[in-house]
Amino acid sequence: MHTINVKISDYQVTKAPIKLKTTGLGSCVGVVVFEPSRHVAAMAHVMLPSSELSRDLTFNLAKYADTALPVMVTELIQSFGVQRQHLKAKIAGGAQMFQFTGKSEALRIGPRNIEAVKDTLKSLEIPVIAEDVGGQNGRTIEFDIEKCQLMIRTIHKGITAI
Amino acid sequence: MIAPENLTEYHKDILKEIGNIGAGNAATALSELVNKSVDMTLPTVKLVPFHEVVQIVGGEETVVAATFFRVAGDAPGNMFLIFTLREAITLLRQLTGDPNIDEESIFHSEIARSALQETGNILAGSYLSSFSDFTGLNLSPSVPFLTVDMAAAVLSYGLMEMSQVSDYAIIIDTQLRETEHSSIDSHFLLLPDPDSFQRIFKSLGVQVNE
Repeated sequence: MHTINVKISDYQVTKAPIKLKTTGLGSCVGVVVFEPSRHVAAMAHVMLPSSELSRDLTFNLAKYADTALPVMVTELIQSFGVQRQHLKAKIAGGAQMFQFTGKSEALRIGPRNIEAVKDTLKSLEIPVIAEDVGGQNGRTIEFDIEKCQLMIRTIHKGITAI
Repeated sequence: MIAPENLTEYHKDILKEIGNIGAGNAATALSELVNKSVDMTLPTVKLVPFHEVVQIVGGEETVVAATFFRVAGDAPGNMFLIFTLREAITLLRQLTGDPNIDEESIFHSEIARSALQETGNILAGSYLSSFSDFTGLNLSPSVPFLTVDMAAAVLSYGLMEMSQVSDYAIIIDTQLRETEHSSIDSHFLLLPDPDSFQRIFKSLGVQVNE
């Protein structure tokens, strides 16, 4: 079946039976927002927590948690006419790929991404019903919209579903 | 600050020369380490959108053994020494003389992992010292951090600084290759921070038009 590949700093909106996939999440976070009864979903591959980090006046909204998720959710609602209060989210990623001893904020990018994604979803009033975040390993994720199932593949622990 | 999109061919040639000198020195260090002759390809300077960065090392889900360094000093940046698993195994067998080293060792054997990190350490040190000599800039690598995982998950970490100003990465890529069997084939990637380009060019007396 057809699968849409979501690139880094991008999001895609679609409906079943199409699947959504993103590969090689490290400190980035993959965010799936979906409407379980209508079988529609959106997936973002968020790279940085906050658009305040941007040093450019014009920037790619899909790169930052605080800007990507609102535009993605709006597009999902407008494309399929779904109700915001029926939306749910599943998230994965936000690893710390390298084990630093220092405490520099820049090195904590994974945990900061997770926090920003959760804060933004909270402000959008979308509950996170499942998550596989943190740790030290990369993840590839694929969302089956029909089953509302998020498959997570890692090279160390094989495939799990949430 | 120079936007990656505004980099001219002339600027790219200068960055290539840095890769050339740096990796040339690193190739010598590697060949002394494995006691075989090691060759390097001509460096390339790549200006690529983020999602294409991983194509350099063979695709998003290619499993790589990557040693990461944060470069501190006058022109900070990120540096990776990348081997595919097969290459890492070949290198480790040569370094340790132990033919039993396999994939499992790279994940779990302390000796194998520290040999790999130490290789990275030696190569990064020689790369940066010649970069330093060439430009007069003060540069030093952090301690090495080894991780074995999907290429995209590893490399995206090195894009964090650039991602705050652009959707493109400027990467100075040099491949090191063992001449005889071409069994060791690794990538040395240098990703200067956005503000470092200007300092590198300035150190060499090159005009920068913003």
